[in-house]
Amino acid sequence: MTLHPMIAALRRHKAGVVLIALQIALTLAIVCNAVFIIGQRVERVNRPTGLDESNLFLVSQQWVGAPSGDDPASVEKLDSLQQADLAALRSLPDVASVTPINSLPLLNSSWNGAVDLKPGTTGQGSFNGTRTTYYFSDEQALSTLGLHLVAGRNFTVADVQHRGFRDQGEPSLVILTKALGDKLFPKGDALGKVIFLNGATTPTTIIGMVERMQVPGTGSWTNSFVWNATLVPTRLDANFARYAIRAKPGRLDAAMHAVTPTLYAANPLRVLDDDSVKSFAQIRAEAYRADVGMAILMGVVCLILLAVTAAGIVGLTSFWVGQRHRQIGVRRALGARKIDILHYFQIENLVIASVGAVIGLMLAIGLNVLLMQSFEMERLPVAYVLAGIVMVLALGQGAVFVPARRASNVPPVVATRAA
Amino acid sequence: MFSYYLDLALRSLRRNKALTALMVVAIALGIGASMTMLTVLHVLSGDPLPGKSQTLFYPQLDPRDKADYEAGAEPPRQVTWIDGMNLLRARRADRQALMTGGAVPIQPAQSSVDPFFSDARYTTADFFPMFDTPFRYGRGWSEADDDARSRVVVITSELNDKLFGGRDSTGQILRMKDTAFRIIGVLGDWRPNPHFYDLNMGDYSGLESVFLPLSASRDLHLPLNGSRSCWGDGGSDEAHFETASCVWLQFWVQINEPAKVADYRNFLVRYSQEQQALGRFQRSPNVRLSGLMQWLDVNKVVPSDVRLQTWLALGFLLVCLVNTVGLMLAKFLRRSGELGVRRALGASRQAVFGQLLVESAVIGLAGGVFGLLLAFVGLWLVRRQPSDYAALAHMDLTMLGATFAAAIAASLCAGLLPAWRACQITPALQLKSQ
Repeated sequence: MTLHPMIAALRRHKAGVVLIALQIALTLAIVCNAVFIIGQRVERVNRPTGLDESNLFLVSQQWVGAPSGDDPASVEKLDSLQQADLAALRSLPDVASVTPINSLPLLNSSWNGAVDLKPGTTGQGSFNGTRTTYYFSDEQALSTLGLHLVAGRNFTVADVQHRGFRDQGEPSLVILTKALGDKLFPKGDALGKVIFLNGATTPTTIIGMVERMQVPGTGSWTNSFVWNATLVPTRLDANFARYAIRAKPGRLDAAMHAVTPTLYAANPLRVLDDDSVKSFAQIRAEAYRADVGMAILMGVVCLILLAVTAAGIVGLTSFWVGQRHRQIGVRRALGARKIDILHYFQIENLVIASVGAVIGLMLAIGLNVLLMQSFEMERLPVAYVLAGIVMVLALGQGAVFVPARRASNVPPVVATRAA
Repeated sequence: MFSYYLDLALRSLRRNKALTALMVVAIALGIGASMTMLTVLHVLSGDPLPGKSQTLFYPQLDPRDKADYEAGAEPPRQVTWIDGMNLLRARRADRQALMTGGAVPIQPAQSSVDPFFSDARYTTADFFPMFDTPFRYGRGWSEADDDARSRVVVITSELNDKLFGGRDSTGQILRMKDTAFRIIGVLGDWRPNPHFYDLNMGDYSGLESVFLPLSASRDLHLPLNGSRSCWGDGGSDEAHFETASCVWLQFWVQINEPAKVADYRNFLVRYSQEQQALGRFQRSPNVRLSGLMQWLDVNKVVPSDVRLQTWLALGFLLVCLVNTVGLMLAKFLRRSGELGVRRALGASRQAVFGQLLVESAVIGLAGGVFGLLLAFVGLWLVRRQPSDYAALAHMDLTMLGATFAAAIAASLCAGLLPAWRACQITPALQLKSQ
């Protein structure tokens, strides 16, 4: 079958052809970019934090009437409150290990700063040096969080210090993530080297490196340092404390239930509410709720868009079939088989959809460039566009099938009747 | 004539129900999605202080040292204590207020209410007249109170309801961090959106519960909340923030006459030069003076996800419209015979065109009604999202009217091309082929 008569026929209803092609082009452009956004969000949501997330939960609590923590004596008092809690929690039968920690990945509450190779160059809160987030914890941090030590050693009990929440002072030892170590020492020999935290003049030695650990913030402002974490062997003493707890395998629920009564028994003067005990799965779900919502919304919009486009193709093709009722009868009377008529409409749709897809390809790339300028978007991979083209062509074929079959069922006798 | 066209349109729409339904649904989906997102955008990018915002400005200075100097980079988004106090005392604007956020432990007198923490704003006297805050009872404090470090407090009506059952509590005592504060005012219904005067507290966070003089808060070392950024040997503890090289305060000015805005900017430059001569500022003068709405833009207050979703919804509407144009074209051309008869009987092209446009408008109106229902469902879904702006997503009268206008305008646009094509029919040709 040659395309020539078909294209000549299409010229006779230009407006309809242009509209279908335009609709396919717009649908392709929007769906490609929307699916790409969904893909990016899903990738973000699924990235591992570096922790062993199962059987892990977090307790956030506050003491009532606790000392201020502004003078050394009250810091000691706060520390003894914290030590008492840790001892009580570590003695629970369903608990494998406990560590005090100021935040966790995905918790969106962070203590950030900068590290540098020279002393006294960067200020606290300033954006100089290499940005990092600090996790203040103790010697049980690695085992509780399930972090993988790839070089050096873990903290020992003797390394662990404690200080008031608002006091100054930098630690003498830290463990970094490999990402941060490699950024500071690109040759990969960070272990044992000396760095300066937050513009301090006193040196800090890198004693170990963990494979991976995400920062607490999930907003786009953390994109530049999302794997740059620093573990500090210091318990922070304030009128509140957080404890990360690893339950024994399969005992997560039991351990989570046991925590509140245990802490109240150790010291009743505290505030623990419904939000105080959270499994890591809950923390993860809360952190990414907006991303998951966006992905679902985009997905629903794409599906409706495809449905509307398909309905449009069905509508216009049905109209053409009705319009050409008599011509189809003539072709059938002249010897065309049913399958020829079916193919005619299918190929016609393929031609229009291909034109639409080519325009859509350009629109999709143009839209992507616009989105890259005004939003945090990356370049649209070619695979997405190619998959999109295949999809709209298939959609066109699916939509045209019903009217085309109706056309193929037009009996040859129609040719003999008056229109 | 219009009612005749309307009758024709309804008859024609009833003749092919599936096609009509498809067109109405397409318009309704497009309108519903776009109006949902435009309403959210409208709420979020609204003016927090209508009628007042054009007189409010947010000055920025660059008091940092030479480290990492980059010419023309944006100055810090807050001010130091020293600069804030200097600008406040200079009184070069019509009104000016220095402020920061905090949290205070409130110890109610009634034993039935446990002590609790509440968000607070530490500010200066002009805060209330400058932002036109409504008062249910009493008033704000005066500059004399600022200077005397008076223990006075203004509370929100919400807190007043909680502690005093909504009665006039002015003159009563509120204990915060073991200090007695005299309540001098209760705010009326006020929730500026966004929380423009301090965007560090969350762009759409609600109002703080207590407002008290900045000077008193510093006396008592009340806990601070918000963002701080330090440089050089900065990073001191909160008790010594007055002398630290840290920015942690917001400074707002009111300038009533547009002509004086340039004067104030010049004043900021002169101030920076002075401070540079004194050796406090090490960078050459780098000042900004943004209007309130401009300041919201600079801070990208409207979430980018919302803007992205709005564009997505508008793209969706465009596809729905193209779809409707195609379907209307098919529908109108199918009636060539009928239209040919009308033309042959003397109807002018304009008359046929008008008839077809009425038919499009009917579809638009139906699409608008369904679209509005979808928009209400959409907004309900938005309100169930976890974001801090979710609760604000409500349709107002403007958006309600806009929804209908948009639906009808969209369907008329969609009807234009098909109607024009349909009036180009030559009556004789149509009659002959019958």
